[in-house]
Amino acid sequence: MSEHQSGWPHGKEPSLWRVTLSDRTIKVGFLTISVAYLILILLLVGADLAYLVSDSHWGGIFSDNPIAKALQQEEIRYSIMLSMLSCTLSAFLAVAVAVPIAYILKGKTFPGRALVDSILDIPIVLPPLVIGLSLLILFQFPPFTLSIAKWLPFVDDPNLTLNALVVYQIPAVIVAQFTVATAFAIATMKATFEQTDSRMEEVALTLGCNRLQAFSRVVLPQVAPGIITAWTLAWARSLGEFGPLLVFAGTTRNKTEVLSTTVFLEISIGNLEGAVVVSLIMILLSVLVLVVTRVWGKMELSL
Amino acid sequence: MIDLQNLCISQGDFSFQDISLTIPTGSYGVLMGPTGCGKTSMLEAVCGLRDLSSGRIRLGEKDVSNLPPACRGIGYVPQDGTLFGFLSVRENLAFALHLRRWKAAEVNRRVEELSSLLEISHLLDRTTKGLSGGERQRITLGRSLAFQPQFLLLDEPLSATDESTRSGLCDLLKKVQQEMGVTALHVTHSPSEAERLADVIFNFNNLSSIKGSM
Repeated sequence: MSEHQSGWPHGKEPSLWRVTLSDRTIKVGFLTISVAYLILILLLVGADLAYLVSDSHWGGIFSDNPIAKALQQEEIRYSIMLSMLSCTLSAFLAVAVAVPIAYILKGKTFPGRALVDSILDIPIVLPPLVIGLSLLILFQFPPFTLSIAKWLPFVDDPNLTLNALVVYQIPAVIVAQFTVATAFAIATMKATFEQTDSRMEEVALTLGCNRLQAFSRVVLPQVAPGIITAWTLAWARSLGEFGPLLVFAGTTRNKTEVLSTTVFLEISIGNLEGAVVVSLIMILLSVLVLVVTRVWGKMELSL
Repeated sequence: MIDLQNLCISQGDFSFQDISLTIPTGSYGVLMGPTGCGKTSMLEAVCGLRDLSSGRIRLGEKDVSNLPPACRGIGYVPQDGTLFGFLSVRENLAFALHLRRWKAAEVNRRVEELSSLLEISHLLDRTTKGLSGGERQRITLGRSLAFQPQFLLLDEPLSATDESTRSGLCDLLKKVQQEMGVTALHVTHSPSEAERLADVIFNFNNLSSIKGSM
């Protein structure tokens, strides 16, 4: 045979039934994994709902709605409001910091680039409690312990410091959320910027743009979908933020309590139903924000 | 006049040395060289997108070696016809005019004029998706010429087009260059393009003028 003459070995040709079987297995296997995971997520939410109605009859959901009851409590309403405001503010701050950082890092190779990348990832990999503790310790040092009264109008207390203004106060909630959320926003924006075309920016420069115009007119429109994703991710991280808040902001009702700490407080006093109700409120809010940003992102893209 | 004197660029592993060439005002210069020899980098340096190690770039009477790209007054057509995908064809053409704060009526007039010259009037209100290679190049050319630069740099403008549209585009390039009176530097690896378009031909590897009125 010619194969023998060519001097190459025979090997094993792919047989039809083997290929067919393998293709089927891959298809069915991957589909099974995907469906199983989807079901797991839906079961998580479904279980919370089922838990609430298991004690009473299903009609109780309408006549005696536990969520409506929870919403009547002032401290729950306060923690919803604080969660919404702090997460939204943290997400905007995170994006505002992440965009310039990811932009200047785009395509850059310099000695220490790997180190810079690792430092930016620290808030992602550090245990949350450690971040909270580190923030708390950081604020024990100057400049946070120096008086800032002379720079602020209408302040009577001459000993007012950044430490007193932030730690265990509402700003601590935002600082803690921002610290972690920004790292996630940076990771998202870095991936987004790597996919953009620098040539567009260069063309814009030759057409008469200065750097700022090229950035705002050509770079930003390209990364708009990524910015929306980064914002959503930062917002969701902030909503789930818990460990650092516990240490750095405390869990004072009607002051620094946010939804995640409410869940913790309710569990710690044995009110599992209360914790589940607040969890469901968080789920609803998350889904709402996710849907709104998705729709908004779609509209941006189609413009 | 486009006058390059002893351009040197070194960037990472890549460098070229001592490039000099002169294209008289209103002429069509073609620079030939194989792919990957640094022609694109040289054009980018002339546009101000890459730093020079040494050398001077003079456009007309002006030394632009240290000016930012925006102030060089060059129309630049990059290799892949990099259109702004988030803008319509019309907005692409008007981009440089909006930057210069032209009035809306004047912008419209200029866009109409360019699009009829480049035969892209029917594309104006489309997005840049699904355009053919030739259409993209026409739009890129229009965008780079909209603000009436006196100098035009073209980086392999015909490489992304198929054989049948190439000939038409060649004629169009020549026509546009002559009608607008711009001084052009066109970079290519195709001898037939060079033969067809050039008043002056340069070879990147020895950079001596091998054809033309010099």
